[in-house]
Amino acid sequence: MNLFVDALAWLTDPANWTGAGSIPQRIIEHLWISAVVLVIAAAIALPLGGVIGHTGRGREPAVMVSGGLRALPTLGVLTLFALWLGIGLQAPVIALVILAIPPLLAGAYAGFESVDRRTVDAARAVGMREVQIVGKVELPLSLPIVVGGIRSATLQIIATATLAAYVSDFGLGRFIFAGLKTRDYGEMLGGSLLVIILALVVDGGFALTQRLAVPAGVRAARTAENTELRSGPTRPRAVVGRPIIEGNQE
Amino acid sequence: MNWLWSNLDLVGELIIVHLALSVPAIILSFVVSVPIGWLAHRYRWSRGVLLSLCALLYAIPSLALFIALPAFTGLSLRSPVNLVIALTLYGIAVIVRTAADAFDAVERDVLQSATAVGYSATGRFWGVELPLAGPVLLSGLRVVIVSTVSLATVGAVIGVQSLGSLFTDGFQRGIQVEIVTGIVATIALALLLDWLAVLAGRVLMPWTRAGATRGRASRASGSPARLAAQGEGS
Repeated sequence: MNLFVDALAWLTDPANWTGAGSIPQRIIEHLWISAVVLVIAAAIALPLGGVIGHTGRGREPAVMVSGGLRALPTLGVLTLFALWLGIGLQAPVIALVILAIPPLLAGAYAGFESVDRRTVDAARAVGMREVQIVGKVELPLSLPIVVGGIRSATLQIIATATLAAYVSDFGLGRFIFAGLKTRDYGEMLGGSLLVIILALVVDGGFALTQRLAVPAGVRAARTAENTELRSGPTRPRAVVGRPIIEGNQE
Repeated sequence: MNWLWSNLDLVGELIIVHLALSVPAIILSFVVSVPIGWLAHRYRWSRGVLLSLCALLYAIPSLALFIALPAFTGLSLRSPVNLVIALTLYGIAVIVRTAADAFDAVERDVLQSATAVGYSATGRFWGVELPLAGPVLLSGLRVVIVSTVSLATVGAVIGVQSLGSLFTDGFQRGIQVEIVTGIVATIALALLLDWLAVLAGRVLMPWTRAGATRGRASRASGSPARLAAQGEGS
């Protein structure tokens, strides 16, 4: 338990809380990069996933990409891009975007696919235009799964951004690598604890968002009979990167 | 490419080391997760707690876990055992949820029928419940195989040798071919283990192939094929 005392000493040392490379600055860097990456990746993956889920076209390549990229080792991608683009923010941002796309894509099309086709047909039958079907029917109904994809992508970004400190000077990972270099376990562990807390806080925020994302009408309609009827997805769903906690798990 | 030809030995060696890290973690996580998943399925009160714990565990960034873990276990940071434990924990976080879902998907009627024809509680678990949960368990295992093989490379930055050492070494010495070799080897290894798991699934669960050959499935009434078809339908 001595190690935790070291970490606590490092965490509470006032010198680590002010100036360049201080804890608050690193936290802000970490969150800032993660947010930028998430916005870029979401701008690419969510519309694409929505189109795939809505039309059902291009599903096979999307499944392959989102499944196959899981095998891609993040550290390899980070170091390769760092060699290509040099030691700046560019390399990690591009690498992080690439790694964040699969869970976002999978969440988006799995979400759109999960919407009962009969509901979509009914919307079409009552005269809704395609844009309305997407915006007013499919999007709200798929929102919990889409948010689940965003959640798992965000966690992945935060984790990989930590690793990205290996090739670039930013984020909470700097403490870990600085500690590794100087064999200062207190700094390493302190930095790790900060990353863990950051990830858990963000994940908790998303868990709440996901719960709120269930449309009120769906929540009300979730009777036992109803869930039985739609328990089997019409088409096999893609594997989303992490367990999705839907509103109806209790 | 010169680098690759003169370092084939090194790559081969690292592949073995990588297997020695990831295979034990994959097997351990599967063996530990199935009973936990069954508990989460069987006892409603434990479900929320167990699955939330897994979700929390999964949310922890890998590098941070690799470094925080020795503080609990007392192991050296560079010990491969430390890495195997961390990888096992991630594997558990993924499979427990799938395992709970897998057991949920086994129909109650089928279990009651098994009891009615005289299965004991343990016999029913091994003879009916586990085989019927098998296909979903396999899908969880496959996810863990691929992610574990990929995740094991991260250990290289804290000094645990694996295929990830090709990334750190290639980065420090500026050899792109070395990094690309590492990426290709990691993906190939993941796909190989995945394929082996699918193969093992076919051997252990021959009835899952019955869907392709309908004629045989209908003839073999009372075989697990029919039970499987029902189990998967839910």
